[in-house]
Amino acid sequence: MAGPVQREMENLLEAAFSPLRLEVINDTARHHGHAGDDGSGESHFTVVIESAAFAGKSRLERQRMVNRALGDIPGERVHALAIKAIAPGDTA
Amino acid sequence: MSDANARISDIVNSNDVVLFMKGTPLFPQCGFSSRAVAILDHLGVAYDSVDVLQDMEIRQGIKSFSDWPTIPQLYVKGEFVGGSDIMMEMFEAGELQQLMQDAQVAKAE
Repeated sequence: MAGPVQREMENLLEAAFSPLRLEVINDTARHHGHAGDDGSGESHFTVVIESAAFAGKSRLERQRMVNRALGDIPGERVHALAIKAIAPGDTA
Repeated sequence: MSDANARISDIVNSNDVVLFMKGTPLFPQCGFSSRAVAILDHLGVAYDSVDVLQDMEIRQGIKSFSDWPTIPQLYVKGEFVGGSDIMMEMFEAGELQQLMQDAQVAKAE
């Protein structure tokens, strides 16, 4: 079951980027007891997002776009967030 | 400019390669910082690191300095390069090696 923060992230990213693909993966269980595990069960996430909005943008710009769309979640409410932002047709 | 901004600016401009991280290269306190260190070690470049856990002013200030909410953060020749995801993507694409070469940074001892 997705927790509230995960659902909020999914909703924010869905609204901001109309993604072709969106995976918000909760990695918290893999970091149990590790620094930053605040007991919420929602401290570590990986986001994989594919959207036309990222076409022609640098890696830095893509991550900024995602971070901005998520407001105070990255770094504040979520300890660790790995982001993979893909544009359709990217080779990689 | 706030004190924190001035201090950070001074750090990134007086070192070719600087990693702001949690912990130290020998004892990283976070998986992402650990990965960033591993990449820099693998590249064999000389770098300085700043442990943000030891300095609350820098820990907060670095986020607004680069408009980037998370740590680690890599700077080369005063320019913000990215966090550990970007470092890994650039490394895998051979771009980080190129960047270090172009910036003519020193090799690690």
